[in-house]
Amino acid sequence: MVVLTIPSHPKFLYIVRNVIYPLAVNSGFSKKEVRRIVLAVDEACSNIIKYAYAGDATKSIAITVTDETDHFSVRLTDHGRKVDAAKIAPRDLEDVRPGGLGTHFIGAVFDTVAYDTDQDQGTVLTLLKNKRTAGPGAQHHMGSR
Amino acid sequence: MKVDIVTEKIALGYLVKVKGDVDMNSSTDVREALGQVFRQRSSSMKALVVDLSQVRYMDSSGIATLVEALQTCMKQGLQLRLADLSPPVKDVFELARLAAVFEIYPSLNDAMVER
Repeated sequence: MVVLTIPSHPKFLYIVRNVIYPLAVNSGFSKKEVRRIVLAVDEACSNIIKYAYAGDATKSIAITVTDETDHFSVRLTDHGRKVDAAKIAPRDLEDVRPGGLGTHFIGAVFDTVAYDTDQDQGTVLTLLKNKRTAGPGAQHHMGSR
Repeated sequence: MKVDIVTEKIALGYLVKVKGDVDMNSSTDVREALGQVFRQRSSSMKALVVDLSQVRYMDSSGIATLVEALQTCMKQGLQLRLADLSPPVKDVFELARLAAVFEIYPSLNDAMVER
């Protein structure tokens, strides 16, 4: 298990990418899959900065990466505004406009995307990618909020 | 991570070369560079060419920046030509299913040809 905590400022996102990349490589994913895993985790962190912390750069994001036999897991913990499950929906890709793609990327890359808001503050987002899967197609699990 | 942006005047209009990581932290720099081109444009400008061969990473904010540039080009009667997409950029375009929306050229030379 690898645990990384970064301040909630976008200038630290490259650190997340630089940590996730070799861990995903070591898990046996292809180069393309690794790039997509890195992208999805980066997007999840960006969403935390934008929405959970509303741009407040003084907070933190904890990222826990676990490599299991059958899956690769990334857990992101924040202490900001809880995720509103009703508002999490990837947008229609036919509607070409700036913004709104991050959630689509996360769902397209990871097999399981689970938001847990049971704690007093913040959200725990768990992303799971199965090893040797035929294709993506995320299952979204929403915890109570 | 820093993004390096170089803007050059070319026969077609402007060439913007982007190098580095385009993420939530740096996409505002790309947006500003493209905005500068739109502010400086002359009536003879036909196209804005963006060289993406040296982009190591691009996220949804980078995509949003390019979609905004495309919308501005369409309003102003200009072509937005994206040249030589690096593998990470190709990936993100594929995920966003945007390859058919943009004019994408396999090399910078191809993108610079007057059509």
